Amino acid sequence: MTAAQPAATKPPTDSEAGSWTGWVRRRALRNFPPEELLPDSQPVYVASWIYVFGVATIAAFIVVLVSGGVLALRGPVWWHGSDVGHYVNSLHLWSVELFMAFMVIHLWGKFFMAAWRGRRAMTWITGAISFLASIGTAFTGYVSQQNLDSQWIATQAKDGLNSVGIGAYFNVLDFGQMLMWHIVLLPLAVGLLVVAHVLLVRHRGVVRPLPLPPPKAEVPAQATPREAS
Amino acid sequence: MTGLLERRHSAKPVDIDAQPWTGPKRPYDLVKEFTIALVVVAVLTAALAAVFSSPDEKQTTIAQWANSASNDFVLTATTELDGTSGTATYGAPYTHDPSAAQKIGPLAPQNWPGVTTPVDTANDFVIRPLEGAASVSPDLQSALATWKAATADQQQKWAAAYDDALSKAPDNDPAKVASGDYGPVPVMLGQLLNLAKTGGLDGALLSQGAFYQTNYTKPLLFLADGTYLEDLARAQHLGGDQWGMMNETGNYPGQAWLWLYTFWYQVKPFSTSGNADALVWGLMMVLTLAFVLVPFIPGVRSIPKLIPVYRLIWRDYYRSQAQ
Repeated sequence: MTAAQPAATKPPTDSEAGSWTGWVRRRALRNFPPEELLPDSQPVYVASWIYVFGVATIAAFIVVLVSGGVLALRGPVWWHGSDVGHYVNSLHLWSVELFMAFMVIHLWGKFFMAAWRGRRAMTWITGAISFLASIGTAFTGYVSQQNLDSQWIATQAKDGLNSVGIGAYFNVLDFGQMLMWHIVLLPLAVGLLVVAHVLLVRHRGVVRPLPLPPPKAEVPAQATPREAS
Repeated sequence: MTGLLERRHSAKPVDIDAQPWTGPKRPYDLVKEFTIALVVVAVLTAALAAVFSSPDEKQTTIAQWANSASNDFVLTATTELDGTSGTATYGAPYTHDPSAAQKIGPLAPQNWPGVTTPVDTANDFVIRPLEGAASVSPDLQSALATWKAATADQQQKWAAAYDDALSKAPDNDPAKVASGDYGPVPVMLGQLLNLAKTGGLDGALLSQGAFYQTNYTKPLLFLADGTYLEDLARAQHLGGDQWGMMNETGNYPGQAWLWLYTFWYQVKPFSTSGNADALVWGLMMVLTLAFVLVPFIPGVRSIPKLIPVYRLIWRDYYRSQAQ
């Protein structure tokens, strides 16, 4: 992506020199100038439905957070005995299903675009870890339901976690611990990873199309420099 | 972060993919796109929730277990007392038995953290709950006094003998157990069954040592040692050999994203291995690391060039370039 030279690259003024705040601002503006952070145009190749699924994933994540927040208002037992609560739980379930579906489509799309090209490996890595953290968040939600499903899943999952030593610290039979991970730690981790992922996308820009192979009858005059694999 | 990514290697050829795009652009309203996506997803979620609702198969309790499958309950409690239950022989993190750990080759990572959640099945699941109820039953007081006065060896002989007899009895029915020297065990377990049927054991297993509790480790371990919970789960197609971890009760989509993890449990050698959990988790850890590091794995990172899905994604761009 092209970007105008931001004003932040100016030498710091006397009052800014030595200021931690000024240093953070200059760094932020240099790496994420407003026109890169919120661009109103994109390269012409950014024209496919596959690009919608990244935004759709974030939209679904917000619906997940809001529906989960409403469930939290009355505590974990509320939805079992209230029609309104049950509907809110249904919103939470279906928003999670959509969130994961959109994320998987987005992920496969980025895989087939080889979207890690051009120093974008960290963008892939933050996205992949976001996916893994989302699986953990959903899993802790399933074992926090306080119904037959959660009882069974917890007693089965403990064997896998215990077999590699994780269960010693991450006890899926401890409802309190699972609920805290589900509503605080893991959503926070997913949120921070998504923010980092989006900032990297904005900083690096959307990856270029892969070059088409030359027609079989022709011999390429000069190979385009590509990653060696 | 950017510093790491922007290391310059002057000797290498220019990476065209890392260069800023200087070609033509098209208007793209990110905020508008996000707003529309949010509205569409919210409406779609509301519609799905209204039409399909969500499952909530009621939790089971120790009391339900004792009332619905009392023979299974008593047999399970007997194995907790003589130390042969699944939990009593589990190893880390519940009991001290390094030989019980699952292994990945020569490694037993299950043992590495040690016993972090100690469970003494005889005392935690049977004796201590009975002590709490002993004041209302002279028979139970007497039985517990006899149990405590006996040596550990004698206690084990009584419990093991009763376990053996109960296993051989028709339908594992305590009323049909052959006569033998079981000491106070039949009285103790009969009283435990009565306590469980009233719901007293649910509370007793949870409230050991504290008023507020959120940790259900002990009641869940006890419940899982019997066959009652598994029977309920299998009726909901949640068994391990039914792709259970990724299913939901009823006909609802569950954690479909766990398909690969669940898949390994359905195929050999995992499906027949005593170390299945450790092997599947070990394999999934390797695959997970590979997934995160796809950009650096030769061959894997070139798959997108070999499977031309990208031609579909960028077909408009390629068409415009050809003109």
